Amino acid sequence: MTNLAITATGLRKSYGGKVVLDGVDLAVPEGTIFALLGPNGAGKTTTVQILSTLIPADAGDVQVAGHDLARRPDDVRGAIGVTGQYSAVDKLLTGEENLLLMADLKHLSRGDGKRRAAELLDRFDLADAAGKPAATYSGGMQRRLDLAMTLVGDPRLIFLDEPTTGLDPRSRRTMWQIVRELVASGVTIFLTTQYLEEADELADRIALLDHGRLIAEGTAEELKRRIPGGHIELTFAEPHLLDAARALLGAGIADTEALTLQVPSDGGVRAIRELLTLLDERSIDINEMSVHTPDLDDVFLTLTGRQEATR
Amino acid sequence: MSTLTLAMRDSSTMVRRQLKRLLRYPSMTVQLVVTPVIILLLFVYVLGGTLGAGLGGGRDAYINYVVPGILLMAAATAATGTAVMVATDMTEGIIARFRTMRISRASVLTGHVVGSVIQQLLGMAVVIGVALAIGFRPNATVVEWLAATGMLTLFVVAITWLSVALGLKSPTPEAASNAPMPLILLPFLGSGFVPTDSMPTVLRWFAEYQPFTPIMETIRGLFLGTPIGNSAAIAIAWCAGIGVLSYLWAKNTFNKA
Repeated sequence: MTNLAITATGLRKSYGGKVVLDGVDLAVPEGTIFALLGPNGAGKTTTVQILSTLIPADAGDVQVAGHDLARRPDDVRGAIGVTGQYSAVDKLLTGEENLLLMADLKHLSRGDGKRRAAELLDRFDLADAAGKPAATYSGGMQRRLDLAMTLVGDPRLIFLDEPTTGLDPRSRRTMWQIVRELVASGVTIFLTTQYLEEADELADRIALLDHGRLIAEGTAEELKRRIPGGHIELTFAEPHLLDAARALLGAGIADTEALTLQVPSDGGVRAIRELLTLLDERSIDINEMSVHTPDLDDVFLTLTGRQEATR
Repeated sequence: MSTLTLAMRDSSTMVRRQLKRLLRYPSMTVQLVVTPVIILLLFVYVLGGTLGAGLGGGRDAYINYVVPGILLMAAATAATGTAVMVATDMTEGIIARFRTMRISRASVLTGHVVGSVIQQLLGMAVVIGVALAIGFRPNATVVEWLAATGMLTLFVVAITWLSVALGLKSPTPEAASNAPMPLILLPFLGSGFVPTDSMPTVLRWFAEYQPFTPIMETIRGLFLGTPIGNSAAIAIAWCAGIGVLSYLWAKNTFNKA
């Protein structure tokens, strides 16, 4: 049996009557990457803030790194590292000074601290910028410094709150590579993201969070099987054509304002050809057609049955 | 290591962080030193002749009179800087990081306070230096100088904790720059620039009972040998009271946020 790095049951949090987390259960095995996936406002950051001792939960039983979160927050703090959504570096200090600050706060000796800082600067490709204030760093560099600071104390469990939001594609790939290397060394990673692709690339297990509730959990493969694979959007010239198409296909979401119909589909050539042939046989003309491959929108569309949740 | 040793170690780490920040961006420190020096020069050279005559002397007599008021005003100005710096710091992600680490929580605030106190004492030294150069002639002994330094340090520590608390309470750095504003007026509404007995009744009553007056009277007495009476005891009580309450207020606010 594998040990669990995080267990939570019935996690709840409200802010002034607004329920943010509504009974979330989590089980994260040690040495794995766990992704909490959801749109903005789903409660991802709140979950990380609670698990990393920043804010107290209203209810729920939580163990983090083998310690009870409510009773022994300082023991939890000693075992975790957190890289938040907003850059947690001291912008007035240089990259090296930031790392040495962390080493001092982790109570490393002067020599160990220096060695660790040099090693991390090297590993995160920041050695050349080590003597410059962090304020002069690019977004990707600040994020790397941020993660390097988290690693100074060799945490066994790392929280990454939207680690690649706002990064360019190249920096994103670099960050993914770093995360993979970390988990290969036995660290547990709890990651939040709004990108399905990111969860797909990195995570061993993915949980979908929507309106403060977990609506699905599993491996990327398991979840994908539950997604029908995107949709085809058809636009019509006349309302009666839209109605006719909807009656014919018996599926899809119609928008009578925009005169569009979203038909679930895997977006493959065969499916498109069949659809067009079918409409053609009934002389239902379409103005425009576009194919949407599966994305986070479709996951939520499918699993919540609500369109507005993702728009 | 015991909890106390760890707290000391974290605090000294945070003090070093703060001093590095102050050194890297010296413009704020320079501004905090230059402003009181300019006010000193204005009061001595523009207003000093007339005000000094009112005291029964001249410009030279006024320099001796006004220095304690300028020193407290310098501290009050610096309090604004501290509040802004704390409020700005709180908007940065680094504070959230500190909160998720196993460190002494108060150490973050201690770093700010010690950094500001050092900054302000240096600023006061410059003000006294300029005052001496333009004719400030205290007759204090070494012991009296030490006592005056002690009084000023106590005052600076108290007012800095107050500005840290105000900075923590402010929703934005902009709001933080307004909160300690009234402090800058207190030397004027006390015995800082003219004796209180020249003021109308209501104002005089306020001027005699507000905390800055006994502090300024104590420092003036130590510098010039004017009577101190019970001012020293009242001044120490005010500083201790403001300091302790502000410390608790700041700590509580930081832990709750």
